[in-house]
Amino acid sequence: MKAVCWMGANKMSVENVPDPKILNPRDAIVRITSSCICGSDLHLYNGLIPTMEQGDIMGHEFMGEVVETGSAVSAEKLKVGDRVVVPFTIACGRCFFCEHKLWSSCENSNPNYWMAEKMMGYSPSGLFGYTHMMGGYAGGQAQYARVPFADVGPLKIPNGIPDDKVIFLSDIFPTGYYGALNCDIQPGDTVAIWGCGPVGQFAIRSAFMLGAERVIAIDRFSYRLQMAEKGGAETINYEDVDDVVQSLKDMTANVGPDSCMDAVGMEAHGDNPMYALDRVKQAFKVETDRPIVLRQCIQACRKGGTVSVPGVYSGFADTIPVGAFMNKGLTMKTGQTHMMSYMQPLLERIEKGEIDPSFVISHKVPIDSAPEMYKTFRDKQDGCSKVVLDPWATEAAA
Amino acid sequence: MNHKNSSNNGLSIGSENSPWRYVAPLVAGAALTVIGLSRRSKPGFALAAAGGAIAYLGWRTKAAELDEFLARGSVLINCSAEEAYRRYSNLEDLPTFTYHLESVKQIGDRQYRWVALGPAGIPIQWDAEIVDQRPNEFISWRSSPNSALVAAGSVRFEKAPGGRGTIVTATTHFDHPAGEVGSAVAKMFGKDPSFLMQQDLRRFKALIEAGEIPTTEGQPSGPRSFAARALQAVNPDRPQRHAPTGESHNKQRRTA
Repeated sequence: MKAVCWMGANKMSVENVPDPKILNPRDAIVRITSSCICGSDLHLYNGLIPTMEQGDIMGHEFMGEVVETGSAVSAEKLKVGDRVVVPFTIACGRCFFCEHKLWSSCENSNPNYWMAEKMMGYSPSGLFGYTHMMGGYAGGQAQYARVPFADVGPLKIPNGIPDDKVIFLSDIFPTGYYGALNCDIQPGDTVAIWGCGPVGQFAIRSAFMLGAERVIAIDRFSYRLQMAEKGGAETINYEDVDDVVQSLKDMTANVGPDSCMDAVGMEAHGDNPMYALDRVKQAFKVETDRPIVLRQCIQACRKGGTVSVPGVYSGFADTIPVGAFMNKGLTMKTGQTHMMSYMQPLLERIEKGEIDPSFVISHKVPIDSAPEMYKTFRDKQDGCSKVVLDPWATEAAA
Repeated sequence: MNHKNSSNNGLSIGSENSPWRYVAPLVAGAALTVIGLSRRSKPGFALAAAGGAIAYLGWRTKAAELDEFLARGSVLINCSAEEAYRRYSNLEDLPTFTYHLESVKQIGDRQYRWVALGPAGIPIQWDAEIVDQRPNEFISWRSSPNSALVAAGSVRFEKAPGGRGTIVTATTHFDHPAGEVGSAVAKMFGKDPSFLMQQDLRRFKALIEAGEIPTTEGQPSGPRSFAARALQAVNPDRPQRHAPTGESHNKQRRTA
């Protein structure tokens, strides 16, 4: 089958690899009909997250049709022919964490948990196509994928809804929603959201769904800010202002937003000397992550407010304003999304027509174009907001 | 790490068990290396290389001196003590999750023959007997008097606070692993004996809770680089043999 493989930093290539097989009784094999490139894949593309190996199959946002199930997958749960969206986190459904709906903390889905423990103390659940310390599972930017614990994760999709409307249930819609949920929004709240990529876009819309009165979105690309405005947000282009934190104070009568969300993560940009310093530290591996947005979130948030961090961080970061964090009595909520709790309710919102997630798509291309699309997406060229890959289309048909 | 240096002789230089046996070559070797490198000449580099070799031999001496060690691991399993005990006490099934064990065979009333795969896949065999056992609470064992190995261990099953399952703690104490078998065992456990033990217990937990052990062995990938393959070869969790995978084996594994 065709698969997008990580061949080193800045090197993606479409390779012919063997088809996946059932390896465990609770596995299923899915024939993939749509797959996406996620903003978090760019951290891997840029070579910034440790424990990737040459030849690793990328991708954690995919959907398709079940073509084979393992012996322990009951037909009520999943059967051949079912159309499913596969969540990016893998969960066994039976450990303490799964029973408490902390799916992304599953104890039994990461065979390489000890690698993550060395970095973080404890390991999160396994993830598709996202480093060996997160399990080393082959990802879904391919024609087929093996889905472990297939009786827990995959969400069945009725026929009649196109892929484009439901594919983002695999990660970014629930992740944006979870980011908004973690803002602990009260009626009338003002929420500031850094990062207007796809997760940020869904976070903006979810914040309104959850009762926010104002959403202020921060980015530097006008096409993303326009998309945020369409979602109802006020916007700040941080390159046009002296100081984002001051701008937020000005917009909130010096109170600060009730909640601040970092939907950017470890590769944040900025336009001040601190940003330059972070670039140097990251290049020399003094820190793995550039916490520019996290700092601003902590500084801007009103006293007693909530900082929500759906943006991906991988290791260590310097100069976190912990004094502000403590003295203002802030709450911070983070984590990989507990996908299985939100996929079904969000599917219902899509079915009711409350939201059509396909608005984020800017590019639909055959899988063969994936390597160049990584570059386009990373460099924010061509208005690229979200890339959907068709694993079966040929170059000629595109 | 649970390495113990059993030497109680203090720093008496020249004694058989003195730490100076490895500290002295390490210090001297390092000094020669520094002096050699600082010369920036051919003889200087030769001196540095010799210093490195001496330091390495010193380090090896330390590694070989490991003559007693403790391996310990502990997991919380979302099941009753009864179930954990039942699944563990069938000792012949241990190799389904203890990947460094090849087989466990009952050879007498309370006697078992253990076969582990040591360095380069060479089987290491020893006999052990159960010395005490209380259902749903603990099993303790020690090596038989004429065994090639002197070791003792136990596994305990305790109710976790708040009804959150069962805490399973396994401990094995290896004593003076002299001779071929002993040193092979020491090598098998490597630098961190507790690591293998913890890995085994995590697999035991997965087997009980999830009904299967998570794996990626046998999944497709693009072309691997030499470096990636080398990295896999030194993976500390990599068992000496390939972990049995595949549907048929898992059916066998699913004893629940």
